[in-house]
Amino acid sequence: MREYTDRALNTVESQGASYADIRIVRRENQNINVKNGIVQTLSLTDDFGFGIRVIADGAWGFASSNRLTPEEIDRVAAQAVTIAKASALANTEPVDIGPPEVHVDTYKTPVEIDPFEVSLEEKIDTLLAADKEARAVQGVAIAQGSMGFLRETKTFASSEGSFIEQTLIESGLGLVARAVAEGEVQQRSYPNSFGRHQGTAGYEFVKRWDLPGHGRQMGEEAVALLSAPQCPSKQTTLILDGPQLALQVHESCGHPIELDRVYGTEAAFAGTSFLTTEKYGNFRYGSDAVNIVADAVTPGGLGTYGYDDEGVPGQTTDIVKHGQFVGYLTSRETASQLRKTHPNAPERSNGTMRADGWNRVPIIRMNNVSLMPGEWSFDDLIADTDDGIYMVTNKSWSIDDKRLNFQFGTELAYEVKNGKLGRMLKNATYTGITPQFWGGCDAVCSADHWNVWGTPNCGKGQPGQVAHTGHGTAPARFRNVRVGVMS
Amino acid sequence: MLGKGRLKEIADSVLRAAKGDQTEVVIQADADQLTRFAENTIHQNVAETNVSIRVRSVLGKKIGVAMGNDLSEEGLAKVVRNAESIAGFQQENPDFRSLPGPEPADTVDIFSESTAMCTPARRAEGVEAILRRSRENGLKAAGAFSTSTAESAVFNSLGVAAYQRGTSANLMTVVMSEDSSGYAAQAAKDVNELDPQEVGRIAVDKALRSRDPQPFDPGAYTVFLEEEAVATMVFFLGYLGLGALPMQEKRSFLTGRMGEKVTGENITIWDDGLDPEGFSLPFDFEGVPRQKVMLIENGIGKNVVYDSFTAGREEGKASTGHSLPAPNMLGPIPIHLHMAPGSASREEMIASIERGIWVTRFHYTNPVHPVKTILTGMTRDGTFLIENGEVTRPLKNFRFTQSILEAFANARMLSAETKLTKSGFGNIATFAPAAVIDGFRFTGVTEF
Repeated sequence: MREYTDRALNTVESQGASYADIRIVRRENQNINVKNGIVQTLSLTDDFGFGIRVIADGAWGFASSNRLTPEEIDRVAAQAVTIAKASALANTEPVDIGPPEVHVDTYKTPVEIDPFEVSLEEKIDTLLAADKEARAVQGVAIAQGSMGFLRETKTFASSEGSFIEQTLIESGLGLVARAVAEGEVQQRSYPNSFGRHQGTAGYEFVKRWDLPGHGRQMGEEAVALLSAPQCPSKQTTLILDGPQLALQVHESCGHPIELDRVYGTEAAFAGTSFLTTEKYGNFRYGSDAVNIVADAVTPGGLGTYGYDDEGVPGQTTDIVKHGQFVGYLTSRETASQLRKTHPNAPERSNGTMRADGWNRVPIIRMNNVSLMPGEWSFDDLIADTDDGIYMVTNKSWSIDDKRLNFQFGTELAYEVKNGKLGRMLKNATYTGITPQFWGGCDAVCSADHWNVWGTPNCGKGQPGQVAHTGHGTAPARFRNVRVGVMS
Repeated sequence: MLGKGRLKEIADSVLRAAKGDQTEVVIQADADQLTRFAENTIHQNVAETNVSIRVRSVLGKKIGVAMGNDLSEEGLAKVVRNAESIAGFQQENPDFRSLPGPEPADTVDIFSESTAMCTPARRAEGVEAILRRSRENGLKAAGAFSTSTAESAVFNSLGVAAYQRGTSANLMTVVMSEDSSGYAAQAAKDVNELDPQEVGRIAVDKALRSRDPQPFDPGAYTVFLEEEAVATMVFFLGYLGLGALPMQEKRSFLTGRMGEKVTGENITIWDDGLDPEGFSLPFDFEGVPRQKVMLIENGIGKNVVYDSFTAGREEGKASTGHSLPAPNMLGPIPIHLHMAPGSASREEMIASIERGIWVTRFHYTNPVHPVKTILTGMTRDGTFLIENGEVTRPLKNFRFTQSILEAFANARMLSAETKLTKSGFGNIATFAPAAVIDGFRFTGVTEF
């Protein structure tokens, strides 16, 4: 690859670029979907190309192509510089990306079993077995199972001297059982809903989560939900399971700490953030029980990698410490910008710039943004709760463009009465305002209940980009939450 | 631009290499450019060239799909081998009948040379027109100006040979003060039809008028929804229940209600991929000519859309030309939706409201109860109180939790004009009027 990266970097330099990087990326995906005993879709995707990012005349330009040839590199390099110079026409200040980042390294996701070496028959058999278990329950109308595997190989080279080669491997799986009655559809998903549970791992991840072993339970719960009472509408104590809490962290903490959002570069699309820079180190985000960390190093996390797409090493950053807001997710440019108003802020990026393939420019993305475990056992947490609702597995989500007012719905809920789980409830929802909600968190379960949940469908940016993020959570309790807004 | 001839050469290479009983190749050749701005400056400026190949191989009733973007003979042969290999691992799908055969298709001219040749400097000029007005008013503008050229082609071993080229240009902005924001957007095939000055004027005006917003109790109110907010509801109606798959699985809002009244009589919704005013694609991703399909007529549920797979499940049904690219689990979906206009002017609509709320657009809208078509989302970028027929003051943004069908049962006025709103996904676009709707449920309020 050196011949291509050198050619690109030399070309843009000769045309006046003050900085440049090139990423050459191949993505191989294998996806299998099974529905009601039939393999509905089975696909392989092989996607390859390169993107060149430059700073010229103090402004950014980016161009990309699916054809890696010397002539195409010359064309795309020139196009990137032309675009940067056009950007400069409407710019007020030159881009500052801070001190150089120079790394020559390789990284590969550690896996026990290469998922691309496991036969399709084994994968299909596992999905069909799970599907069969779910449909063995009378009343299940639709069972649907999926597996997805990704191998991404990418080469990064920069005009500062970095040359980094990475291979990231992901494995994911999911099962949903649906029961249908007149005017009502209820579903249960395992291990997580919407786009399945996924991690940077090999096929051992699929074995660990044992879809067939949970098919029957999902079917039984979906059918039971059809006749369950509606979740009441009231102010109460709320306990969230790990997967729902993962999405809560994602939406109400992960997005508002993206410093590009804070600086307004997503304002027209995804929105901005209530965590503006005057709150940096100076704002109570949640209760003392709330400790949130962003990292790219947790083994198996879906946001785990060696280097980001600016060539900055993956690392760990405190975001919320004992309820106090202390950190952002940064890029080289935004870290430099933050230092201008906050001289004590870190000098370097914390390595969260990622691109959705060769044809997208890197933007700040969550890595593994996790609520750190507390000390409660789940049984003790329930036993300690006189009156409340326990909600399980996300079904719907929405949050405003500064990440304050949110509303979530879950697939399943239970009453909690006098320290015991009670009746099953359907169509459960809850709503709140982010700092008030986290301020009401008074208990987080221990590391025994903690897991990094994968979110393989995080949308952001224009043109649209989808990122794979991780969120470590254990069940937690929140006081004075409005539940059941839907009648 | 590769042109029909080059895409046919690629398809011929694939079909020559294929050994399956039936083979389909879908080719998408795109050249996309986007200039993005925020804080009154351009911060992202990108260009992409890509050609993706999607091969569907059929062995008896076994189907495999593979995709790639390497156009070399070897690369194309690899995609074919992958598709046939995984088809071999498949079980037979009893619902599969056949890939479609060739049918005569209309052509629609949606190509603009001006858009295809648009330069980054030209986009920067358009952006600068917005930024200048924003700066002059002490505001900050963000947004994106994009131009795209897309060639779509479907070929199969039964003789389908469909090709379309088209362009699109989109300009949108959110202009902000410390405590307010205003939104405006335009979309067209021809970049020359976009008016950056007008987009900037509308967004700046709204940002200025929405300063110092006040909180207002949530509850059920009459609303004036601008066209984009209505388009969001129309899009979700199509996604949730106007395709054949949710009907066949009994999870559509039309299940058991086809031929019955499901909305007010003034609501008529259809899908028309042939309308040259939209981002037309005259055939679907199986190469079947798109039909104009009446979905809801005068409030009565009339039809849903089909692809060849869902049509094959029902006696006497044929595809209406609404397949998505294989493989997909969503089934056919209407992506060229139109909602019929009414006869009112905006002024008449506002004047008719004694006490209500003006909504510019919605944000982060998602289904809460798909069968009941209940959505939740936020208002955004210009929310105002209307009293005695006049806009009186800006309001902080609301959360709504509302059934679309109920809202469309209570839509008492529709504007005489419809507007084309492009979604963030491909060329999905919806024509919708503005609407006055009674009893719209706001269930929460945020802090800005």
